[in-house]
Amino acid sequence: MTETLPMPSLRLVPKSDDLLSAKDFKSDQEVRWCPGCGDYAILSAVQGFLPELGLKRENIVFVSGIGCSSRFPYYMNTYGMHSIHGRAPAIATGLAVSRPDLSVWVVTGDGDSLSIGGNHLIHALRRNVNLKILLFNNRIYGLTKGQYSPTSEQGKITKSTPQGSLDYAFNPVSLALGAEATFVARTIDSDRKHLTEVLRAAAAHEGTALVEIYQNCNIFNDGAWEPLKDSDVRDDNLIRLSHGEPIRFGKDNEKGVIRTSDGHIKIVHVDEVGEESIIRHDAHAKDPGLAFALSRLANPRTLTNSPIGIFRDIERPSYDRLVREQVEAVVASQGSGDLQALLTGGDTWTVS
Amino acid sequence: MSKQVVQVNRVVIRFAGDSGDGMQLTGDRFTSETGGLGNDLSTLPDFPAEIRAPAGTVPGVSAFQLAFADHDITTPGDAPNVLVAMNPAALKANIRDLPRGADLIVNTDEFTKRALEKVGFTANPLEDGTLDPYNVHAVALTSQTVAALKSFDITKKEAERAKNMYALGLLSWLYSRGAEGTRRFLEKKFASKPEILAANLAAFEAGWSFGETTESFSVQYEIAPAHLPEGTYRNISGNPALAAGLIAASRVSGLPLFLGSYPITPASDILHELSKHKEFGVVTFQAEDEIAGVGAALGASYGGALGVTTTSGPGVALKSEAIGLAVSLELPLVIVDVQRGGPSTGLPTKTEQSDLLQAMFGRNGESPVPIIAPQSPSDCFFAAIEASRIAIEYRTPVILLSDGYLANGSEPWLIPDVSTLPTIDPDFATTTNHEAADGTKEFWPYLRDPETLARPWAVPGTPGLEHRIGGLEKADGIGSISYDADNHDRMVRLRQAKVEAIARSFGPLEVDDPSGEARVLVLGWGSTYGPIGAACEITRRTGALVAQAHLRHLNPFPSNLGEVLRAYDKVLVPEMNLGQLSLLLRAKYLVDVVGVNQVRGMPFKSTELVDAIIATIESL
Repeated sequence: MTETLPMPSLRLVPKSDDLLSAKDFKSDQEVRWCPGCGDYAILSAVQGFLPELGLKRENIVFVSGIGCSSRFPYYMNTYGMHSIHGRAPAIATGLAVSRPDLSVWVVTGDGDSLSIGGNHLIHALRRNVNLKILLFNNRIYGLTKGQYSPTSEQGKITKSTPQGSLDYAFNPVSLALGAEATFVARTIDSDRKHLTEVLRAAAAHEGTALVEIYQNCNIFNDGAWEPLKDSDVRDDNLIRLSHGEPIRFGKDNEKGVIRTSDGHIKIVHVDEVGEESIIRHDAHAKDPGLAFALSRLANPRTLTNSPIGIFRDIERPSYDRLVREQVEAVVASQGSGDLQALLTGGDTWTVS
Repeated sequence: MSKQVVQVNRVVIRFAGDSGDGMQLTGDRFTSETGGLGNDLSTLPDFPAEIRAPAGTVPGVSAFQLAFADHDITTPGDAPNVLVAMNPAALKANIRDLPRGADLIVNTDEFTKRALEKVGFTANPLEDGTLDPYNVHAVALTSQTVAALKSFDITKKEAERAKNMYALGLLSWLYSRGAEGTRRFLEKKFASKPEILAANLAAFEAGWSFGETTESFSVQYEIAPAHLPEGTYRNISGNPALAAGLIAASRVSGLPLFLGSYPITPASDILHELSKHKEFGVVTFQAEDEIAGVGAALGASYGGALGVTTTSGPGVALKSEAIGLAVSLELPLVIVDVQRGGPSTGLPTKTEQSDLLQAMFGRNGESPVPIIAPQSPSDCFFAAIEASRIAIEYRTPVILLSDGYLANGSEPWLIPDVSTLPTIDPDFATTTNHEAADGTKEFWPYLRDPETLARPWAVPGTPGLEHRIGGLEKADGIGSISYDADNHDRMVRLRQAKVEAIARSFGPLEVDDPSGEARVLVLGWGSTYGPIGAACEITRRTGALVAQAHLRHLNPFPSNLGEVLRAYDKVLVPEMNLGQLSLLLRAKYLVDVVGVNQVRGMPFKSTELVDAIIATIESL
């Protein structure tokens, strides 16, 4: 248990008098994901991390859509709603806008948030509602038993695509940046330390935070993220973004990212260009250009050059705060509404 | 020159012109003055779906009809006594509704060869005798307006635009209406444009003086005030009344009002109206689509707000899955469907009652939803409170079925005293409600109230009552996920029984049968109340006997409905659809009701209902 962090996003959420532990966040429901599913690690990380927010448990809400990941709220001993396919961001928007005293989390998957719920996701992001969206990306449909998803690589052989899928995939981080997201991060289910760091930053962010979590479905798409997990190769593939630090990676930290003269970015050997040429990551940059360029670095098929960490984290007043301010301003200038005056209106006559 | 003044007891006027001619505004102003004079009234705007259809074409005609009288009236009238036609298209579109001998005021300036050809007149109807059956007043409205305003520092176009005020002035003289309200209205509207204000007032005056001096009008009419109950009145149309009802429901329940909505005709005005009232703490959320509108409303309800979504039929189709979720979650939610012509995009600006079966059955699974329908524009206020009451007290989505006619039509409203409004108790759960075998205190989110069968509503932030709900079937009582077959059977029946239990919370259906000996009952719902009431009254004046009843609650029905239906030899059910209520009545009560159905996009004419009633009585 660490001290409560100063978090602008949670300033209106009541703090707990008691020290809570991970156990306090476990519900009495039996967890029914497949043995070996990456969801277990995420659930455990979330339950382990929440106590450090120091919030009253009853003021935390998890809202989900449909899919394997969306069973998540049942396992959290907080308030929770397992809603309908793709609509969790919309439902959570209504909740967050009307209840500033709640910490509202959305749990969704790549099918839920990027296929059927794509519209709600992008609009939640552009509005900057105070929501934390955890997008479990396993590049497959699990609950419907193994069809390709909008993040599946083209050519994916699945039950519904015996000759290979034809669609081009979404890149969730690029999509979120294009949708004006103020906080975009990516992490990995099996890297608990990194996952927790990202969750902590997301929780602190006022507005919509999108956290893409690379999650393994060991039944229908096992090993989808293996190049980023296998200890033999992962350091060669993973680019760990850290605000203010030079963007370097590789087994011996020998590679780095530079800007080219034509405005693009590319991977180089640090020795060849010199440390001073390496870009320093700036997650707080107003312009999302660098973040977007970083989101395009990875090879979607081989996963080489895959950045993880916080791509973007900028300050912008949240939608729900602006809504409240508008209401408060009207009440301050006009006083609280007079129902009788409203019904009477301006143009009346009397019958006597 | 003094003219003969004739007392009449009821007048129906229709203003018709191009979409840009300001006919709705003219109608609204005339209505307002008329209300102020104590006449009872009823209005019917009729406008195209296009914002500005091509000028001078029939599809671009916008009309406003109002009836006013020295007695209680319930409809905007079947046929106008006076038609104001601002151009040939307006004449063409409306002349078939004008009875022989009625007054026809025509703006002759617009009857040019080109304008006539545009709508298919091969000869000028003002000259070829086709208008002989009518009492034609050919007035050069545009040029007379321009002439009256020549001293003003405005463009010719601006002067021409004031012709609707000239027409309003003329009609105001003709029916002895005042100018004060219109003056106040224009002063507000053109506060920043004093020259335009002065010009519009001058146009109004000129129109008035023209009426007084011209020989084209030999008589002036007076309509005495109606004998309405004492009190303070305003004129109100359905959408603002509905919005006010939602605000009132928020006040009497103590729940903040949250509207999640996506703009759609003819419901958008409710969103507009509510967005103006943040002083009541109202939050309006213009969502990215219909689904997000209802989703956000449901999310707000989950948090303890009065969640409302407003839409029309196509929007309800999109919201269906979320409404089903609300049925399963058992959370309050009000879905307002301002019905319009369907299917699909249909007739966006025309009225219809064809969403009853969608409201009743338009979801997957056994998914009962209470349904409420207002019967007149001002009744939208009370219907909104009643829908909110049921939603909150029974933890259920409720569909409120208004329609385009109620939304835009208007009538005088005896303004209620807010202290007389009912209170609504949200009765939030704050403590555990179950003790486990080992003595642990627990909260069971689906442990129902034995009387209402409503479940406890514990909102996030309530300590010790943390729980999870969702669209998966829940175990009776404890509320955790259950795939047990018998449990599902029980839960389906419980949800149905809960909705049926709502009938115990409102009174029986009242029947208006003055003689007590009628053998024919006319049963309606929603906006047909006005035409049915007028038709029954006319029928009774002929000496025939007929009973009338009107349903506010369409699901569940009032508990005595079966008894009422069986008490009559014949039951007529007029609906602006092909027989949706008839279908429900036949299915539930095995009574052979007779439908009277039309989907012309306009309310019933009382005469067509009179014909149906008389024919039925004579068939017995």
